Amino acid sequence: MELIKAVTTIDFLHYAKGAYLFSALLILLGITAFWYRGGLNYGVDFAGGTIVHVKFSQQTDAASIRAVVSQTDISDITVQDFGQNGDEFLIRIPKSETGAENFSNRIRESLADGYGPEAFDVRRVESVGPKVGRDLRRKGILAVVFATFMMGGYIAFRFEPRFGVGAGVALIHDVLVTTTVLLVADVEFDLTVVAALLTVIGYSVNDTVIVCDRVRENMRKLRRETMRTIINRSINETLSRTVITTGTVLMVILALFFLGGSVIHAFALVLLVGMTVGTYSSIYVASPVILLWERETARQ
Amino acid sequence: MPQGLRYRLLLIVGLALWGILYLIPSFSSALPGWWPSFLPSHHIRLGLDLRGGTYLLLTVDLEKAVENSLDQYAEEFRRALSEAEAGIVDIRREGNTLRFSAISESDRTIVREILADRFPILEPRIGSGSSSDIVVDLDSRQIEALHQYAVDQSLETIRNRIDQFGVAEPIIQRQGDRDILVQLPGIQDPERAKELIGRTAVLEFKLVAEEGSTRETETLNGQDRDPLSGEPIRTTYTLERQTLLSGDGVADARVRPSVDIEGPYVELILNNRGAETFEEITGANVGRRLAIVLDNTVYSAPVIRDRIGGGHASITGGFDIKEARDLAIVLRAGALPAPVTIAEERTVGPSLGRDSIEQGTMSFIIGGVLVVVFMVVYYNLAGLLADLALALNILLLLAALAMFDATLTLPGIAGIVLTVGMAVDANVLINERMREEVRLGKGARAAVDSGYERALPAIFDSNITTFLSGLILFQFGSGPIKGFAVTLCIGIISTVFTTVFCTRAVYDYFLVRRRLHTLSV
Repeated sequence: MELIKAVTTIDFLHYAKGAYLFSALLILLGITAFWYRGGLNYGVDFAGGTIVHVKFSQQTDAASIRAVVSQTDISDITVQDFGQNGDEFLIRIPKSETGAENFSNRIRESLADGYGPEAFDVRRVESVGPKVGRDLRRKGILAVVFATFMMGGYIAFRFEPRFGVGAGVALIHDVLVTTTVLLVADVEFDLTVVAALLTVIGYSVNDTVIVCDRVRENMRKLRRETMRTIINRSINETLSRTVITTGTVLMVILALFFLGGSVIHAFALVLLVGMTVGTYSSIYVASPVILLWERETARQ
Repeated sequence: MPQGLRYRLLLIVGLALWGILYLIPSFSSALPGWWPSFLPSHHIRLGLDLRGGTYLLLTVDLEKAVENSLDQYAEEFRRALSEAEAGIVDIRREGNTLRFSAISESDRTIVREILADRFPILEPRIGSGSSSDIVVDLDSRQIEALHQYAVDQSLETIRNRIDQFGVAEPIIQRQGDRDILVQLPGIQDPERAKELIGRTAVLEFKLVAEEGSTRETETLNGQDRDPLSGEPIRTTYTLERQTLLSGDGVADARVRPSVDIEGPYVELILNNRGAETFEEITGANVGRRLAIVLDNTVYSAPVIRDRIGGGHASITGGFDIKEARDLAIVLRAGALPAPVTIAEERTVGPSLGRDSIEQGTMSFIIGGVLVVVFMVVYYNLAGLLADLALALNILLLLAALAMFDATLTLPGIAGIVLTVGMAVDANVLINERMREEVRLGKGARAAVDSGYERALPAIFDSNITTFLSGLILFQFGSGPIKGFAVTLCIGIISTVFTTVFCTRAVYDYFLVRRRLHTLSV
């Protein structure tokens, strides 16, 4: 079976300008969302605080849980629907609240009063102190920054400096666009999301490497051709692989997304978005940047 | 045969057998009796997120540890002074220094002798200017040593308590300068465990102050309960500040069944020194009340009726049996040198762990089946070969995890899923290249040769970059994320091996031995 017969001759770079505009608009949307929401929505890993993950034996809703837990004298409790069945909820407080020490116990007690002791099951408690939260946040940011630079550096070393720059720009683009989607969808940033972002970076660079590898090969084969032709041809030649690989990986991620359970949901969502963006960026961000660089140096 | 094909095939079969051998212990609940001891018995452990359990990061209050030991020095000093029959000296702790003031001229030499004799690590300074105070302080090296001691001692004490509490396969280790990491797999009552671990458990015996006494006093809360309703009642006690006997004097602690409505109580068995001191105290203070203080709360304050020999004492306080048992554990295991606070806690209940395993496995199988079927449909026999390589890949990856005694977490399962993705990508790259070569009209042998040769740089570069991101994750990640990084890195090594080395060996075998002429790709 073949999905893409022989070698296609699509003029990908013809649409580069439109793609720039599209990416710029997305990132602008991200900045607006960032400003509108007042920053990233940190989970307890980064913000500190406590969450109690409760599963009820019957469906209920956030408002009635809020009414029950507000019987405790702890203020600033948020209740959030978790999962798709309307029976799992996250009850959260920021760390600075008084009474945080026995938060999970007190929640348990007030829920037992309101719903009966057998009607629910505390599935998970996560509590992170402000110092640990800061530390994790710093490490998370460092990891993403380091990963971006190391991979850009590796490609610059293995190929040519301009390829490294192209890949670096593509990676930053992927992180920004994926973050935009997370901001718009109001997904919480926690350790799992950072791990997923790093995986996205790994995959995206993988895609970029494969296109760059073709460009490098074709540069040796087609010495007479312009860079534009070479890049276009390379993207076309690797198109079949890009479609197949992205397709199969997306299949696996879709399985994770729909069947992996509530805990892994955010992870799968980030991968789903990031993989798509990563494939797009290796065609429409990395390659045009290489071309731009070429033009700039030619002009000098 | 080209390039030692026989050895390559042997290596592959050998590694596959090795993988199976290493996985047997993980997938059989109990090893059969005839399983020889030289065969591997390592098995993959499930992380707390999969089997349920509690992860705690405790921070030791080091400042308080230094203060506590200075307080202890001051206490010992007072005792030494009264033994030397010196006059009253006011000893006060100010931050990390001890100040001796109101010293009469005649006592000066005594104070300095005691200092030089019994506290050689303390640096005495004569107070500045007109003050005749003696000030002793700790230099940074001593403070550092005290910090070390506090963390080591806390670690030891917590380990003792957990051992006595009874948790299978706990992990208790030091992290950084002042943190202690505790993992308790499969624990049913995390709140109780937290209380047990976090309790400072400083036990002190002090006399209840008499009216008109000139000694230094302090006021502490009691923990009495209403005998009928069991509700706590607020009471306070005024005690003499001096500690007569502390937890150091305790050799053992046992739960004793209830004798009256008070409920069960904890019996203390004192060691020789403790018993001696206890006999002295009770003998000298017949008729007075002796308070038993735990973590600055008065548990009981019975009247001393007679000199008590034999080294037995008891703590009552209307406990239920669990409370009494936990109290006995902390008293046996000893006090923490300083309070600890919980900086991070992650508890996963067993039901969530079970769901995660089921859903993780389910999504893995469905995703895997989709990929396997697709590969065969799309690449025919070459796809089937890729699928076999994929199966070997997962086998080797799991075997390596078992060999390293690695812990499989939910993000770890995600790492395996991504390994599948990378492996598929490598085979797609090779197969696409071979198709290109076949389209150019090359024969089977030439197509395989140049297909692999051309695909290799891209495969290596992409796997190395992913490996780099795995290393970064390992470096910066904590707990579960590290698990993801480990599976990703091992997975990349097994992916390159199976997708490049193994499939190539199989192609070579068919090309040479079976004289294959057309590729099914």
